Amino acid sequence: MAELNSKIPQGPVAAKWTHYKAHQNLVNPANKRKLDVIVVGTGLAGASAAASLGELGFKVKIFCYQDSPRRAHSIAAQGGINASKNYPNDGDSTYRLFYDTIKGGDYRSREANVYRLAEVSGSIIDQCVAQGVPFAREYGGMLDNRSFGGALVSRTFYARGQTGQQLLLGAYSALSRQIKLGTVEMFNRHEMMDVVLIDGRARGIIARNLITGELERHFGHAVIIASGGYGNVFYLSTNAMGSNGSAAWQIFRKGAWFANPSFTQIHPTCIPVHGDYQSKLTLMSESLRNDGRIWVPKNKEDAEKIRQGTLKANDIKEEDRDYFLERRYPAFGNLVPRDVASRAAKERCDAGYGVGDTGLAVYLDFADALKRLGKPVIEERYGNLFQMYEKIVDEDPYLNPMMIYPAVHYTMGGTWVDYELMSTVQGLFVAGEANFSDHGANRLGASALMQGLADGYFVLPYTIQNYLADQIKVARISTDKEEFVQTEKAVRERLEKLLAINGTKSVDHFHKALGKIMWEYVGMGRNAEGLQKAIKEIRELRAEFWKDVKIPGKLDDLNIELEKANRVADFLELGELMAMDALERNESCGGHCREEYHTEDGECLRNDKDFMYVAAWEYKGPGEYVMHKEPLEYEEIEVKQRVYK
Amino acid sequence: MNLTLKIWRQPHTRAKGKFITYRLDDISPNCSFLEMLDILNEQLIGNDEEPVAFDHDCREGICGMCSLYINGRPHGPDDAITTCQLHMRKFRDGATIVIEPWRAKPFPVIKDLIVDRTAFDRIIQEGGYISVHTGGAPDANSILISKEHADLSMDAAACIGCGACVAACKNASAMLFVSAKVSQFALLPQGKVEANDRVKKMVAMMDELGFGNCTNTYACEAECPKLISRSNIARMNREFICAKVS
Ligand SMILES: Cc1cc2nc3c(=O)[nH]c(=O)nc-3n(C[C@H](O)[C@H](O)[C@H](O)COP(=O)(O)OP(=O)(O)OC[C@H]3O[C@@H](n4cnc5c(N)ncnc54)[C@H](O)[C@@H]3O)c2cc1C
Ligand code: FES
Repeated sequence: MAELNSKIPQGPVAAKWTHYKAHQNLVNPANKRKLDVIVVGTGLAGASAAASLGELGFKVKIFCYQDSPRRAHSIAAQGGINASKNYPNDGDSTYRLFYDTIKGGDYRSREANVYRLAEVSGSIIDQCVAQGVPFAREYGGMLDNRSFGGALVSRTFYARGQTGQQLLLGAYSALSRQIKLGTVEMFNRHEMMDVVLIDGRARGIIARNLITGELERHFGHAVIIASGGYGNVFYLSTNAMGSNGSAAWQIFRKGAWFANPSFTQIHPTCIPVHGDYQSKLTLMSESLRNDGRIWVPKNKEDAEKIRQGTLKANDIKEEDRDYFLERRYPAFGNLVPRDVASRAAKERCDAGYGVGDTGLAVYLDFADALKRLGKPVIEERYGNLFQMYEKIVDEDPYLNPMMIYPAVHYTMGGTWVDYELMSTVQGLFVAGEANFSDHGANRLGASALMQGLADGYFVLPYTIQNYLADQIKVARISTDKEEFVQTEKAVRERLEKLLAINGTKSVDHFHKALGKIMWEYVGMGRNAEGLQKAIKEIRELRAEFWKDVKIPGKLDDLNIELEKANRVADFLELGELMAMDALERNESCGGHCREEYHTEDGECLRNDKDFMYVAAWEYKGPGEYVMHKEPLEYEEIEVKQRVYK
Repeated sequence: MNLTLKIWRQPHTRAKGKFITYRLDDISPNCSFLEMLDILNEQLIGNDEEPVAFDHDCREGICGMCSLYINGRPHGPDDAITTCQLHMRKFRDGATIVIEPWRAKPFPVIKDLIVDRTAFDRIIQEGGYISVHTGGAPDANSILISKEHADLSMDAAACIGCGACVAACKNASAMLFVSAKVSQFALLPQGKVEANDRVKKMVAMMDELGFGNCTNTYACEAECPKLISRSNIARMNREFICAKVS
């Protein structure tokens, strides 16, 4: 049976990674081409891993469901990427980035992993610049930095409001180069359907060609899952429409434990929901909080009139505005971490001060910044975001304050991995947002891009060799082997079963219903009663789905409804696990806010005595999950209450 | 709003396609164009018909996955946005909307409104990169780049690879796409070393894949959702000539 061994190297935290690299096993250059590695996902984590492993000489196969690897969801990241370069000389260091990340995660992440992340962060920027990523620059030609939530230093590198795009195109270009050189083989419009285990080790995957519908078998000496986050379990989120939890769920069923599933990030600055036909929510980058001020009316009557459309935001006098973040958190003001900002906005709206038609919105106001800096500067900093807002909402944010509301954005939870990013299944590695590793109970802005690229460029190319070193003895395994045949058969049966239901309701109907349950009970505020209700309702919905979903089309054809159905079937199990995990964790920490546990002034109340652990769940059967604990030990950092006042 | 939709339906690449007309009522003007198609598809599923296949993913104008030729314009009637950012308020109540896939030989239709754009990936694989290995890069600030050049490079790098430029061009030329990538690197010191080789290889692949010539009508620029400038084409032509003579 699997067990939790995090394999943290010995020595002081600052020396662990150096120590690891000095003592790990490596694969001889001549042997690398005899070793096959499968990578699922072409986002920052997957593309950077595949390119780096291809460069080293491994034979790599990489998969994505989009038509091109360049379209992975990482492309949508706007604000920036952190690195402790300390170029502005404002007191940054590896230690400070490490410290901020642990604190930002509310002391629920592993010290050793986070330190390594901070340690390699600078190399990421070097690498990206060498690749030709056009980061923003100052007039002197040096790289520019800005500040992001949860930090007192400016350590965020950015490329306008399109940082994720530029970083991903960098990784995609490195990947393209390897594809041309023949070290990496690309499978676009292919979806992983299951992992193949042989003698307890990951040895390949079953993938579906999304154009022909054909099921294919692919062998690898090791498999890397970099399939992104599962925020779409909420139906409405800032994730791309196709983002899903299925790869993570498939490997969960095969023995890769799932850690902290309930840890979800609700991002404070998104465009509010406007109708029930809505398919996704749009993020307005957190960087806007550098210059925008968040407020609601001080008086309920004003809020009421705004909702009815008889009063406008600009009519409200300065003294009648409540800049609630500045009021509650004078030290960090509008730049408090995301979880804190989101909860504060929800609190004001729940109390009746919300604006917009629905009352589920607060203002993000640039009037002061426009006065102070002038329109050209604001345009230069946020032009594309302002344009995006205007196109969606049909209102000019240079003239009226933006309206924003929190939305699901990121999942800190994910497959449990050890220091080497290996899951509880031998030879099965998990990178990027898909793993649980670095962000604890709350992720700081601009740290996901950093983690994805750290995992792919600077961690996996080392740690996977430690595993592969003794695999050179294993000759390539034929995909005619029984395990491949059986796994493919099970996938086919599942898809046939889905198609055979031929019920009355569309896949989206079930996805929306699940999203409502999740947002209501497993969203920003959670309590025991609601979570129990969620578990019950999700079970019922799942049963109904398997009886009544309607999927037109065929198995052996391009069939988008079938793709969606397969993902929603997994979400219907994952959602339940999230609720179970949230129910077990009788404390509030980071993005996980249990309404029963808070301080007198309404802040989260952690319980370190009982809950300073990673909850790693093991699959026993549908709806049957067993929790294991990985205790968290803090040697370098003194654990404190997280204060941003 | 009530709408009449004329949508291109084609079961697979080799099949013959045709327009099918659908009626759609009660659409909110705040609905996005793709949400309108979602609603249509829900209806089709309800009527036991196959939903219309179309590409999309991020739905915020950055992944480049959505396409659609709407009333004769790539990404529809609004300027500087992608189809997924288009909203129904841009149409009249009672309007007839014609929806087609990108039409260009190098982008064969896969099904309905979905086309195969892997030709773009192949062009990038020829040289759309700077050949650096992971690790060992010099400190990022050891390469100084003027803000002007960094900004121009970023302007070019903003291309999302959607293919609207090709769909808009009567010759199905990929010059805007290719020149944007060539320019991004040509403007940076890191990219100079391989500049000659890059432009030659990328242009050769573009030709090989059957993209047409540029005859300077610049429909590509007019329809580009990211406002990629035609000046990139001029820059690429200069680069190409220099590469040929050197
Ligand atoms: C709107 C938005 C803005 C953001 N802004 C920032 C920011 O400014 N800074 C920051 O640090 N972070 C930001 N984030 C978070 C960050 O973008 C993501 O966490 C990160 O990019 C995830 O990268 P990844 O490589 O793990 O996965 P992704 O980029 O999500 O890639 C997943 C890949 O897996 C593939 N895939 C998935 N399932 C399968 C399957 N079954 N079979 C085959 N392939 C599959 C997909 O095709 C894709 O290629 C933002 C996120 C959003 C939503
Ligand atoms: S769906 Fe991503 S650009 Fe339109």
